Amino acid sequence: MNLHEYQAKQLLANFGLDMPMGVCLEDNNPDSIAKALVPFQTHENVVVKAQIHAGGRGKGVFTENGQHGVQVVPLNQAEQAIASMFGNTLVTKQTGSEGKRVRKVYLTEAISVEKEFYVSILIDRTQQCPVLIASSEGGCEIEEVAQKSPDAILKLPIDPLLGLRPFQARKVCYLFGLTDELAQRCVQTLLKLYQAFVKLDASLIEINPLVSTKEGRICLLDAKVQLDDNALFRHPEYAALDDPYEKDPKEVEAGEAKLNYVALKGNIACLVNGAGLAMATMDIIQHFGGKPANFLDVGGGAKQEQIEAAFRIILKDPNVKGIFINIFGGILKCDMLAQGVVNAAHSVQLKLPLVIRMKGTNVEIGKQILKDSGLPLIPIDDLALAAQTIVDKVK
Amino acid sequence: MSIFIDKNTRVLVQGITGKTGLFHSKQCLDYGTNIVAGVTPGKGGQKVHDCIPVFNTVTEACAATHPNASMILVPPALAADSILEAIDAGIPLVVCITEGIPTQDMVTVKRKLQGSKTRLIGANSPGLMAPGKCKMGIMPASIHKEGSIGIVSRSGTLTYEAVWQLTEKGYGQSTTVGIGGDPIIGTTYIDVLKAFNEDPQTEGIILIGEIGGSAEELAAEYIREHIKKPVAAFIGGCSAPAGKRMGHAGAIISGTAGTAASKIAALKAAGAEIAQHPADIGAAMIRALNRK
Repeated sequence: MNLHEYQAKQLLANFGLDMPMGVCLEDNNPDSIAKALVPFQTHENVVVKAQIHAGGRGKGVFTENGQHGVQVVPLNQAEQAIASMFGNTLVTKQTGSEGKRVRKVYLTEAISVEKEFYVSILIDRTQQCPVLIASSEGGCEIEEVAQKSPDAILKLPIDPLLGLRPFQARKVCYLFGLTDELAQRCVQTLLKLYQAFVKLDASLIEINPLVSTKEGRICLLDAKVQLDDNALFRHPEYAALDDPYEKDPKEVEAGEAKLNYVALKGNIACLVNGAGLAMATMDIIQHFGGKPANFLDVGGGAKQEQIEAAFRIILKDPNVKGIFINIFGGILKCDMLAQGVVNAAHSVQLKLPLVIRMKGTNVEIGKQILKDSGLPLIPIDDLALAAQTIVDKVK
Repeated sequence: MSIFIDKNTRVLVQGITGKTGLFHSKQCLDYGTNIVAGVTPGKGGQKVHDCIPVFNTVTEACAATHPNASMILVPPALAADSILEAIDAGIPLVVCITEGIPTQDMVTVKRKLQGSKTRLIGANSPGLMAPGKCKMGIMPASIHKEGSIGIVSRSGTLTYEAVWQLTEKGYGQSTTVGIGGDPIIGTTYIDVLKAFNEDPQTEGIILIGEIGGSAEELAAEYIREHIKKPVAAFIGGCSAPAGKRMGHAGAIISGTAGTAASKIAALKAAGAEIAQHPADIGAAMIRALNRK
């Protein structure tokens, strides 16, 4: 699960980490804005930050007015900066050309930055353990730094049984060129970040930049946190942090029906059991010149109602011109699947071409159900032929 | 010979009294798997399927029935603890079927596996199948046939697809190994490739991979340097967009890393015959076998 910056900072603040004071605005009405600006009355400047699930906001541009997604402005221009963001579409390097609509704006204290650094903690798949990645070049994309100046990056594997050790944190301070009190403060910051990583069941914490200030603070200027979806059962309170506006509405509905659905841009809807087969089914459509409209794994133990829900969800996509069902029945029985498809097709009065390929448990009974339904379904046993057929049908 | 399991494997089932545990232990028993005991805390003293004794702890089950492998079918919140219990009891082979275990739990498990006597398969694995000898997993038994092709895969249903294609073309399987679709797993491609390379029954190897991570690239390097047998490979996710998790927790392209193109290029360079699409996996294996 992805979080907004303001949510990530709220969670991290509980671990005693230092960051600029901030207030999140959820609507653009003058009273809320006036109230939100109260804590900043003695400040000269304020930082206004658009809250979307994508990086590159500072360089990103609003399509409506050409303004940037992060603006440092004098206090008396804060209202104007806020207005330039609310309801508008921000396009950054990570959003794609369609951009993302801004529904929340975060106001923070402007601080006097001395040096900028990069720190992240994540699970490294190759080393199969958490790693801390640090770079003395803060504010840049870490992938770019890795290419241009690999020496500026430190990558430290962390033993999960011991946690991040102070000697490791000190190595990072030397890389950053910090000494004395500032170094000690930085060690504490890194140790707290690792504590947060474990306690939050995070899969990623990225602080870019982490900064030192003239007053001797070590401060989290930005924060990106990803929580492990598999660990959400341990943290029921996180459910409220999920922002449905950041997802495709079909993906939200699929989540509620316990289906694995990802919206794509093509016109052939797919309904498959098993994640690997679902992905491979998209591939074979593409191989024969078609374009998949979605990834959909109904799972190994799908029930009839879930099949019907899956059918409704894939048909909500207006681009869909045909449907391809590919089922390898193991635990999931083909007769149950067939009945679910027939029910759903009847209830939506399906007009689109539908190619269905089934294998495995109870496949003969399943085929009979399709045949008896009187619906114009096209059953094909051979996977390649089935994929070719649906591609031809939507042309 | 098969790898990891055979006719003599004595199987313990952790979580045997749950709905999933009961169903799949019955399927395995019917196939002929020698299930010697089950474990469910609090259910010790019961019997399931009229003949399998249930114990409260793995240690008790080991003392009474001497299993040498454990299949874990417990819910995700408790699964990592079950694996740790099996490691603690010194069980040499643990197959964890459970999907959805928190990643940080698996990081701890992975650390505890170091220096232990245990090989872990999974988690999020369909299990192990040695046709004609032992089924230790949730795969549909009927599509399998005893033979000479070894399969190693990150995906369940895609493995069934490959097995079916082989069986239909008259080629049986020595062992199929689902290493699991999670980012942190016990046994890797390389461990399995090494075992297949040394197994006299295995004459050809199918590797099924998908987007995310770099395990397939590492496997390709190993194939190039060490594998003497014909290899066919399929990588799922050519059509997957970056940054989106495609079902499996591990199936995600991060930035420019983990793409299907990079994996296919590495495997091709290592001499593997690449399946052009998922319906071509069986045929690709036959092409690889006929190359010599």
